[in-house]
Amino acid sequence: MILFGFNDTRGKQNFEWQGFTLKWYRHLFDKSDLTTAVVNSLTIALLSTLITTVLGTFAGLALGRYRFRGKGSTNLVLFMAISCPEIVMGASLLSMFVTFNLPRGYLTILVAHVMFSIAFVAVTVRARVVGLDPAVEEAAQDLGAGPWTRFRLVTLPMIMPGVLAGALLAFVLSIDDFVITNFTSGATVTFPLWIYGSTRTGTPPQVNVMGTLIFAVGILIAVVSARRNIRAAR
Amino acid sequence: MARGEPRRGRGRLAPYLMILPSGLWMAAFFLVPMVLMVSLSLQTGNLIDGFRQTLHWQNYLDGLDTYGDKFVRSLWYGFLATAACIALAYPAAYWIAFRGGRHKSTYLFLLLLPYFVSFILRTVSWKLVLTDNGPVLGPLRHSGILPDGFHILDTGVAVVSGLTYNFLPFMVLPIYVALERIDHRVVEAAYDLYASRVQAFAKVILPLSLPGVFAGVIMTFVPVSSDYVNAEVLGGPQNTMIGNVIQTEYFNNSAYPTASALSFSLMAILLVGIFAYARTLGTQDVLEAAGR
Repeated sequence: MILFGFNDTRGKQNFEWQGFTLKWYRHLFDKSDLTTAVVNSLTIALLSTLITTVLGTFAGLALGRYRFRGKGSTNLVLFMAISCPEIVMGASLLSMFVTFNLPRGYLTILVAHVMFSIAFVAVTVRARVVGLDPAVEEAAQDLGAGPWTRFRLVTLPMIMPGVLAGALLAFVLSIDDFVITNFTSGATVTFPLWIYGSTRTGTPPQVNVMGTLIFAVGILIAVVSARRNIRAAR
Repeated sequence: MARGEPRRGRGRLAPYLMILPSGLWMAAFFLVPMVLMVSLSLQTGNLIDGFRQTLHWQNYLDGLDTYGDKFVRSLWYGFLATAACIALAYPAAYWIAFRGGRHKSTYLFLLLLPYFVSFILRTVSWKLVLTDNGPVLGPLRHSGILPDGFHILDTGVAVVSGLTYNFLPFMVLPIYVALERIDHRVVEAAYDLYASRVQAFAKVILPLSLPGVFAGVIMTFVPVSSDYVNAEVLGGPQNTMIGNVIQTEYFNNSAYPTASALSFSLMAILLVGIFAYARTLGTQDVLEAAGR
């Protein structure tokens, strides 16, 4: 199955293989609107992942660890957010922006991306927290660790696999998102929107190059963050 | 559910402070828009004359009447693709979680590698894979295995295969997290009690991983059955799903009330289905998620 995915992505670039060339890399930034779209996509994905991971991790921790008033309804909202089809979210956000006459653009896309990623991260983290033993943290407290130290040295490393999976998911969700972005974008174009628009007229080779580069950057981010976390866990 | 016993008054506030930012965000950008959309779905009018609130339920009846078959098809495709995803994802996640050894995260990463490529690009390249003379069908056709009239593109099979391929990670991740959490000592205990491999799997591993499967099914079924990109790229005009209709109504016809009504119907159908499914499954995790 791994090979399968590779085949596919490679197949896209070799489909009509005309010999190896770096020409398209040279002409990569010739289409300025495409470049803008890619930059938008990347910055939105990074910002969204950052905000979402922080918010979602705390939400997941709270839900997995404590009992509090409103927990049921919080769970219900997250559950609904996960169960809600993208197209419905996009449509509802569009309804809101139209109703309040809000200009749609970069910020509305970012807000939407964070909104639909939070629930995924929170649930992923919660699944991890529920399996933990609270005694470990109590031990840290008994040994005089303050709340911040306790979180940084005990809790965070323990829930790291969940946080990491959540962050990865948030990034992939954001950089890939087409449907909700389509509804909330206004005049701002992201990479997926640009490709979709170009399929009618023929996709230029720069798209494949950009696709390859985004792919590489995404992998780089994932690897670097994974390494950092492994180091932190030690 | 383990409960941390806070020792100071400050601990009582902790969960609220932790949940507050996300809660506010979700309220402002998820709940409010939903309410507004429902309100929009009950309005009548058009772009030129403006829309009026008339509490007009007709939008729903018309929508379901006209596009009922599209709803049914969407759910059917969703079911097929979700089943295919479980069949592919569970063994893969199982292998990584139990046989991955030191390189677990590396394997998981390799599995998710293709999904760093843009969703749209993936769908378009999937189309290239499935074309009549593409890398899959071409050789088969030339060797005479397939009859000349055999196509995959523009059929339901193409759409379902595209959906399966595209939404696989949503199934892999939750199943993997659930399997990874299983204490290996529990599995060893099963073997110590003379369980065969099959029994250990059926009586210990599978039940413990079900919450992951459940989450995976929701995470997969919902986006799959409401997706319109795959149907548009791979399915041709004969295999459109409800998502295509909603998108067209919004952007091409600007029929906001109709489109809102269809969107809300889709959500309602999916939510009812999920709750029914949660009830039948009845795992603790599900009831928790449903807030009961």
